[in-house]
Order: sequence, then structure tokens, then C-alpha cells
Amino acid sequence: MASSEILLEVKNLKQYFRTSRTYTVKAVDDISFNIFRGETYGLVGESGSGKSTTGRAIIRLYDPTGGSIRFRGHEIAGNLTKDEKADLRNNMQMIFQDPMSCLNARKKVIDIVGEGLDAHHAYSSKAERKEKIIRILEKVGLTEEQATRYPHQFSGGQRQRIGIARALVMQPELVIADECISALDVSIQAQVVNLMRDLQEEMGITYLFIAHDLSMVKYISDHIGVMHNGHIVESGTTEDIFSSPLHPYTQSLLSAIPEPNPEAAKYKKHVHYNAKEMGVDYTKGKLWDVSESHKLLATEEEYSKWCRKH
Amino acid sequence: MAEETRERVLSIRDLDISFDTSNGTMNAIRGVRLDLYKGETIAIVGESGSGKSVTAKAIMGIMAKNQHINGGSIMYSYTDDEGRKETLDITKMSEDEVRKTICGKHIAMVFQDPMTSLNPTITIGKQIMEGMVDHYHYSKEEARKKAIELLDDVGIVDPEKRFGQYPHQLSGGMRQRVVIAIALACNPDILICDEPTTALDVTIQAKILNLIKDLQKKKDLSVIYITHDLGVVAQVADYVAVMYAGRIVEKGSVDEIYYDPRHPYTWGLLSSMPDLSTNTPRLFAIPGNPINLLNQVKGDAFAARNPYALQLDFEKQPPMFNVGGKHRVASWLCHPKAPKVEMPHSLRVKIDNMLKEVNAYGKQ
Repeated sequence: MASSEILLEVKNLKQYFRTSRTYTVKAVDDISFNIFRGETYGLVGESGSGKSTTGRAIIRLYDPTGGSIRFRGHEIAGNLTKDEKADLRNNMQMIFQDPMSCLNARKKVIDIVGEGLDAHHAYSSKAERKEKIIRILEKVGLTEEQATRYPHQFSGGQRQRIGIARALVMQPELVIADECISALDVSIQAQVVNLMRDLQEEMGITYLFIAHDLSMVKYISDHIGVMHNGHIVESGTTEDIFSSPLHPYTQSLLSAIPEPNPEAAKYKKHVHYNAKEMGVDYTKGKLWDVSESHKLLATEEEYSKWCRKH
Repeated sequence: MAEETRERVLSIRDLDISFDTSNGTMNAIRGVRLDLYKGETIAIVGESGSGKSVTAKAIMGIMAKNQHINGGSIMYSYTDDEGRKETLDITKMSEDEVRKTICGKHIAMVFQDPMTSLNPTITIGKQIMEGMVDHYHYSKEEARKKAIELLDDVGIVDPEKRFGQYPHQLSGGMRQRVVIAIALACNPDILICDEPTTALDVTIQAKILNLIKDLQKKKDLSVIYITHDLGVVAQVADYVAVMYAGRIVEKGSVDEIYYDPRHPYTWGLLSSMPDLSTNTPRLFAIPGNPINLLNQVKGDAFAARNPYALQLDFEKQPPMFNVGGKHRVASWLCHPKAPKVEMPHSLRVKIDNMLKEVNAYGKQ
């Protein structure tokens, strides 16, 4: 599915927030990763690890403090001209976490989904606008008759479909899905994930999938980056991360996944990890290539220690 | 655990609860029957709107203004201060009575979101002491000593310093620990945990679940978990009740539910969540949406979403069939005369893999 063409290249991205004269939060501190066209890149980590900030910095809801973001070969981290901005909004879209609060309650579905089209004058007649909207609604499994309803008339799963339709109506190349299924019920999660996969195959969309549910991330992603305290501590293919995790934080994260197997759960041991206690300082480490795809953030000493065990 | 030694603390019979809404009456709970024994853990699983939280709140006597209990009983048994056995029907008591005699002292609850269940303007120490002073008339000194002990129990480092801090000075996991400490302040017999870890990260979730488990052993608590996460259930529960549209559709011990599920809804729930070994191109998804309880339910509420539904499922509500052990299933498929239906193949494979994994552990 994924090609070898790099769609998004993030290099040394920094996103700091200055909260007071003396204190700056380093939400994202020097991270680099590549996303290939047509693949799904999963970004995992605990809350406060900076994964959502990364997503928002890429789509330029924030102004990055430093580093470069190259999207389709163009630099988008610095100041953007009006045209560049319009181009970026056309080709990169976001699906938000909470389908209850991210839709304007006073607008009909048809207008919520059509807002992007309106802003970019992406149609020549009213009929064309409607046709475009209905086509995308049908793709996500809603009917034409439902288009004139308001968000509160839909269930959680349906609302998330509207959120997906709103993102896809612009025919973006990259969709940033920020915890887009964690607010949904289990039985509905599977429906939405299947839908996202189908649309990816059909339209060749690339996803940046931000989540903390590791079993879902494993299921949907081709590549995974594990974030902690603003750093990507380990990245690689899904296979690399899940079958040979090297960083103790990754190991701790994997051991914490609740498995739906009551007898096996009794034997499972949780791996404890605390960066401070273990004396791990991410700013001192550098990225090591464990294999062609597998990268690990560590100092020289840590690298030899963690890799020897395997 | 032998049958005779189990002491029943809570028994819910034929509970029926409805809400008056502007669109008509919504029958949220339609005949729930559930037992809880001392020291055991039961998990109520179901999607949002299935009535699991309403059931829990009814046990705590928390009622919405438009809520009516149409029938049934919630019997709570306890040993009072003088050592006599008492049994109360919570549904027959007034809200005030429940609050004064039951809430906190006998049954306590941990809510989903630790950010909103704590008062941001009061120090956490004071919030823990509140219940003790109210229910047991402890002096301030006593209450303070006990509160610090509790903070230590729930794994908060340096409890004396934390005692005087406000909720915003703590992380999410710590706040949930404080909420648990408040719940345990008055030595309850039953702890109800309503999605206690949904708002927390996986790593912290594991710690909180272990904490509740340890405290349960230490204080001989009976715990009711309310969750939609089957992974969590597998870790903590002794018994599981699966709810759908206000009814329990299947219940039994964890092993019975996970390794031998019988109800098509349970099949759907188990197959729709990917585990770490899932590599099929599509996830199994339960088709359709949850039923709207504003409408009269005819037959089995799940029938419309159930590919295995029989004609009878659309017409008549299935009773609870006993399928052996503690396992009860409300589906006509379990009727002796019903055609034999096997669970989906993918789920069969999944369960076989699970059993294999268990065997591998057992040999180690």
C-alpha cells in the first residue's frame, strides 16, 4: 500500500510554549520522522507526551519554535503566504477527538461538511457543492436524507463519520487523526476503523494516527513512533516496535496493555519505568539506527546496554 | 470458593427504571438481576446507553429528577456496629435516608473523571476528612491521622506534604488515587468503580487497577466495575455481566464469558476489539447502532443487529437460560430446541489462540 515517496518530512521539530517569563514548556523537543505516501503512521505515548502538539504543529495550528516540516517537498514550518496556506488547508486535514464538541451544533450537516468547500470556492454551482457533499457523505455511510439534520440528531459513531466526511471532502493527501476513536464505544470503534481503512485504499490517503490505545495502533499502523516527554524515544515499523521493543519506556507501555484474556492476565507483569529514577536524560541521547527502519534514542552507554539484552 | 462460605452483600432483583423525557418515557433498565458476594468483583460491561451507569447509581440511591423506579428491589445486607445482620431495600428508602446511612459508609463510588469529581477549592486532605467527620464524628486530629494513612495506602508518596495541596497540583493518576482514598475513608463494604481508568493513560491505568485489587484484598471489599473495556475486565473481574439495552444478556465467571461466550452480542464485543495478534484486513464490527429505548422493545433488543437472530427473537423476549456453571444467557439460541449456531470462525480462532497462550504460561 505504502510507496517509498516521502509525503511528510519532520526534522528537529520544536514546539515550545512560554508560560511565564521564567518558564517555558518544551512540549515537543527536537523530533524527526518521515511519513510515506499512502501509509499510516501511528504516534503513541501517554498524555502530556506531546503527540497532539506534534499533530497540531504539523497542520500549523501552532507556529513551530524551530525545525523544519516538509510537506510534498515544500517547507511549511516558517511563515506562509496566503496561497501556501490555502494549499496546505486543501491537502492536509484533521479529525478531532470528541465528535460531540467538534461539530457546530447550530449548523446542518450539509453546511458543516461544506464549510471547507465554501472557504476555498471549490465549486462552480450550488448543485456541484451539494453533489460533492452528498458523495462524501455516502462514502462514510450516511444518507442524503440525513444531510439536512443537525449534529445532535446523530449518535456518537455517526458524528465521528461526519467529522471524517468534513476532513475528506477537500480530498486531502494527509489526514491527521487525533485520538479520533477513543471517545467511541468498542463496537463503533471497529466500524470507524474499518471505514478509515477502506477510504485509505480507495482514495490513497495518508494518515497520521495519534492515539494511546496500543492494540488499535498496532492494528492500523505501518510505522510507529513512541513519544515520551516531547521526544520520540523509539520508532520503527509496527513489527520492530511490537516484536523487539528496545527502549524501556516502550517496553513499559507494551506491558501495560490490558489483554482480553483473563487467565493470561494473571501471569502478566507490568514493567515499571521512570526516566528520572533510571537516570535517562532524553536531551543527552542521540538517534541510533538499530536497523534500516528501527530507530532508538539513547546515549552510547544506554544503547549498548539496551541492545545487548536482545 | 465454596458456595456456603460466600456471603451475599447485594442482590438486585427485576430492577426496572424509566426516565420521563420530552420525547416520551425511556425504559433504561428492563429487569436486571444481579448478585454480589463479599470480597468478589463483578464487572458490568456494555456500550454507552446500555444502562450500566444507571444501575450503579440506583445502588447508590442517586436519582435524576425524571427517574422512576417502576419495580424490583436492591437488597443490601450488612453487619451493623453491634454485630447484627441487617438487610435494607435501597429502592424503598428516600434519597435522604440513603445518603445518611448508606452512601460513603457502606457503599462508595469512584467516578470516571478525577478532574471533575474533586472540589478544586478545597485541599485534598480536607476532602478526605469530610466523610469521616460526617459519618463517624471523628475529631479533626483523628481524621487527619486517618487521612494521611489512607493517602499512604493508595500509594501517594510523601502524604503529609500532599495533604495540604489542591487537586490542580496533582497529576491525573494521583487525583484518581485521591478519589479512591475518599471513597475508602469510611470503610465501605462495596466499592463501585464507574469507568475508573477511562480518563487515564495505559501505564497509569495498570497501576490504578493493581491498587484497587490490592486494597480489595486488604480491606475485604466487594467491587463493582462498570466499564466498556474488555481488556480491563479480564484483569480485574471474577464475574462478568454483559448488558445491552437495559438488560443483562449474558453473565458468568470471566473464564466462561471469555472462553465460552454464547450470546451473539458478546461474540460481537469480543471480536470487535483487536488484540496484539490481530492481523485480519478488516475488524469485525457489530452492524448498526444501539437501539433507541424510547421505542417499545419487542422481542430481543439485539435482534435487529444480530445476524444469527431467529424469528422468535423478533417476537418474544428470551428468558435467561442456564448453560451450566454460573453461566446464564438470554438468547433463544440457547434454547434446547434452537438450531445449533456456532460462533464466528474468527472468534473461534481468537479464543483458541488465547487458550494456547494460557497453556504456554501454565507450562512455564
